Amino acid sequence: MKKFTKLLACVLTAAVMVTAVGCGGNTETTENTETTENTETAGEIVMATNAEFPPYEFREGGEIVGIDVEIAQAIAEKLGYTLKIEDMAFDSIIPAIQSGKADMGLAGMTVTEDRLVNVNFSDSYVTAYQAIIVKADNTDITGPDSLTGKKIGVQLGTTGDIYSSDIEGATVERYSKGFEAVQALEQGKIDAVIIDVEPAKEFAKDNANIKVLDTPFTEEEYAIAIAKDNEELLNSVNEVLKELKESGKFDEIKAKYISE
Amino acid sequence: MYNPVLLDMASTLQNYKERFILNFISDDRWKYLVNGFFTTIKIAFFAVIIGIVLGFFVSIVRSTYEMNRNDRSKGKVYKVIMGILNFICRAYLSIIRGTPVVVQLLIIYFVIFQSVSIDKVLVAVIAFGVNSGAYVAEIFRSGIMSIDKGQFEAGRSLGFNYFETMVYIIMPQAFKNVLPALGNELITLLKETSVSGYIALEDLTKGGDIIRSRTYDPFMPLIAVAIIYWVVVVIMTFLVGKLERRLRNSDH
Repeated sequence: MKKFTKLLACVLTAAVMVTAVGCGGNTETTENTETTENTETAGEIVMATNAEFPPYEFREGGEIVGIDVEIAQAIAEKLGYTLKIEDMAFDSIIPAIQSGKADMGLAGMTVTEDRLVNVNFSDSYVTAYQAIIVKADNTDITGPDSLTGKKIGVQLGTTGDIYSSDIEGATVERYSKGFEAVQALEQGKIDAVIIDVEPAKEFAKDNANIKVLDTPFTEEEYAIAIAKDNEELLNSVNEVLKELKESGKFDEIKAKYISE
Repeated sequence: MYNPVLLDMASTLQNYKERFILNFISDDRWKYLVNGFFTTIKIAFFAVIIGIVLGFFVSIVRSTYEMNRNDRSKGKVYKVIMGILNFICRAYLSIIRGTPVVVQLLIIYFVIFQSVSIDKVLVAVIAFGVNSGAYVAEIFRSGIMSIDKGQFEAGRSLGFNYFETMVYIIMPQAFKNVLPALGNELITLLKETSVSGYIALEDLTKGGDIIRSRTYDPFMPLIAVAIIYWVVVVIMTFLVGKLERRLRNSDH
């Protein structure tokens, strides 16, 4: 009996921890596994995202909007679900999908080998690149080659983080939020920020103190993350993505948020 | 729900071994935890020192003011100075205890040191030290107030001045009384430093987070981080307990 109690205690502790992790730092609605399991029967599809990544996902008047949100909305409509958005820390998205707390992850997420070990990815829907942001008066940093030995700010767990960790002699400061890295850059605490190009432009748009370099850091493809054991959803998502691209609806959504 | 532990013990163990290697061995990921651990200890250690020094002075001001406020023999100038000092201390306690430490940390980093490039460990030490000082001050004050007034009067009648009475008679007794509460505060402080990650400081918790963001495995890094904190707290508890017993030697 005593052994059983101990085992139970361990299992409960582990369960609590796993749940806590899955929910991430700033989940909007906390849910336990039971209710999420019911969502499919209730006709809901849960999208995990990190709504601090304009123009792909960001908050506007309390609502989460953006390119990814509209794509997810279109997918949900085609498949006959209602869309539910869970906002969490970027590095919690994949664990949330793995543990079944969310059905798909759209967060401007690049396909990388490490991530492919843990989740499946749909066909890519955007080709993006990692951009370098520096202070407007900086003439020292002109491209990826001049980053050696510099202080670089990134968002934890993003591709910018993973790739910049390989830069020789550079100190990488990993912020929880992209805008905090930009803030630190403005205050002169770091030399450069490496982040996806669209948010980079968005950050620089209303800010005369910083500029986005024309030379990209790396190129990459965004795709939708889906749990390994959910091939069915993966196939239908791919079909819908194809439809959206062919019908021109996709470019429509893009044009709404990105003005060239 | 199926339980893999019962289904296949061997493959589970193999699985754990693989995950252990993935999370700690490959890419030298254990370094995140080791470096993070030393950063955490560094922050906590210096923050404790700042906290105790700050708390000591604030508690002296506060309790002196409380004890002498109705004393007619004190001059007007003395009362005004003490009043101002007491007001400053109370404002400090109110602000620090009334706001979350994460917010204080972010304010110190992004607002107070706005345009300076400053070592982040220093920022964290200041933030947690100043924060802890407020709690330590109240702990010390409760200790000072718990000492019988007769002890103080005895000190004064032996010819000690106010400060000497405080240092040689009141404080040693007060310290013994507050030691358990003080130990509690030290433990809380150590664990509170886990929010240093908010300013992109790579402490122990952040080290675990970085591993987690690379391997997408929540279990191993988080459990490892939890165990390290726990071990440190157990050691601290042991040391505080030992000190407590030593101080009790002179009790009758």
